[in-house]
Amino acid sequence: MKRVVITGIGAITPIGIGKENYWNSLLKGNSGIGYITRFDTKDHDVKIGAEVKDFNPTDFLDKKEAKRMDRFAQFAVAATKLAIEDGNINLDDLNKDRIGAIIGSGIGGIETLEAEVNRYTDKGAKRVSPLFIPMMISNMAAGQVSMTFGLTGASMTLTTACASATHAIGESFRMIKHGYLDMVVTGGAEASITPVSVAGFTSMKALSTRNDDPSKACRPFDKERDGFIMGEGAGILILEEFEHAVKRGATIYAEVVGYGSTSDAFHITQPDPDAKGASRAISLALEDGKVDYKEVGYINAHGTSTYFNDKLETLAIKNVFKEYAYELNISSTKSMTGHLLGAAGGIEAIATALALNTGNIPPTVNYEIPDEECDLNYTPNIMVKKDIKYAMSNSLGFGGHNASILLKKY
Amino acid sequence: MLFEKVRDIIAEQLDVEAEGITMETSMMKDLEADSLDAVEIMMALEDEFGVSIPDEDAENLKNIGDIVNYLQDKIS
Repeated sequence: MKRVVITGIGAITPIGIGKENYWNSLLKGNSGIGYITRFDTKDHDVKIGAEVKDFNPTDFLDKKEAKRMDRFAQFAVAATKLAIEDGNINLDDLNKDRIGAIIGSGIGGIETLEAEVNRYTDKGAKRVSPLFIPMMISNMAAGQVSMTFGLTGASMTLTTACASATHAIGESFRMIKHGYLDMVVTGGAEASITPVSVAGFTSMKALSTRNDDPSKACRPFDKERDGFIMGEGAGILILEEFEHAVKRGATIYAEVVGYGSTSDAFHITQPDPDAKGASRAISLALEDGKVDYKEVGYINAHGTSTYFNDKLETLAIKNVFKEYAYELNISSTKSMTGHLLGAAGGIEAIATALALNTGNIPPTVNYEIPDEECDLNYTPNIMVKKDIKYAMSNSLGFGGHNASILLKKY
Repeated sequence: MLFEKVRDIIAEQLDVEAEGITMETSMMKDLEADSLDAVEIMMALEDEFGVSIPDEDAENLKNIGDIVNYLQDKIS
């Protein structure tokens, strides 16, 4: 079995582009949530979201390439470019047949889909763009990354709703651990703040309607939480086989040591009321890493700010960590970034790795009113300095998909 | 006049400089258009000139000159 380490980070987020901007915003508790500007929300009950600001695709891609990608794929390629630069990776020195791209996206190119449905309705079948399909299909998160950087190893997109990126990272970890690849570009990309998508999530009653106070709307684990906030962006990590990383003198942020993946097999949107699936995912990640639960210092929670998620994720943590659950630092960085859906696990794995690497734990902001059903230490409002050895990141998706990864300080 | 309009549409679609395009310029060989670009260009030309370009005609339109001459016949 090979050891797997994180050697590059690229973040395109609602609270900053690039590792430094993203991380500094997280530690300061900056909110990326505001009024939706990408479309007119006058017919929508939800008017708030966490958009990526100041993203100019031509900073990363030439104009023609950018025109052929939906925004989610632009995010994936841009974040990959940042991760490769951050990791000081000279691809021409490496065997690209041994480098893969395994990236999560929950939804894919829904902005393109909506535009082309409108075109079909307005102008007819003969005016649907030939680029519609290749821009919309969700596999282009990985497909475009492989093409842009010439990576000829395994290339695939994983789709498990809000757990997509964590599954992608976990499966990439196994690919390297079992010797199939030396390096994988992994994480997630999403761009679904679009009229029909927001309307759909609104109809599910999944979103916060706290339109009058956007920066306070996402309140994970707080008693007055009322739903999640749509976010967008990409979080990309370079996973690399340990010896390979050492040989090229890479900076190692953290080691990936465990992965657990389960299904609730229960309901299309509601979590299992006993949190059995989420609990097992956490336990499996600990077993995979052969780590005693008392060695874990921090959990970057899924923490969406919905009533059910936060209550049942708390239960899952208690199921596994018993009394020790109260000694853990837990935080939901979604309180600042909003919910990046299929990309959430990407930016949250980055936060988890940097927490291990720097000894700084980002807070859960907007935590004001305790909820008796959520009674753990959610690192409220202010970052905490704590040297930790192991940290986890959880992601739980509609469809009952649960994924947890376990990282170790290097 | 017709040439300039066709040239500008193609330059816009392919994100290339209009100045370098002549009647002899080949869309695929010189401007690196692929089959998807070609379909988009035909759609843009159909919209601009209010004509219908069947696939069997589109296949023969390789150079800018082919397009200009074809549209000249269609419009007149």
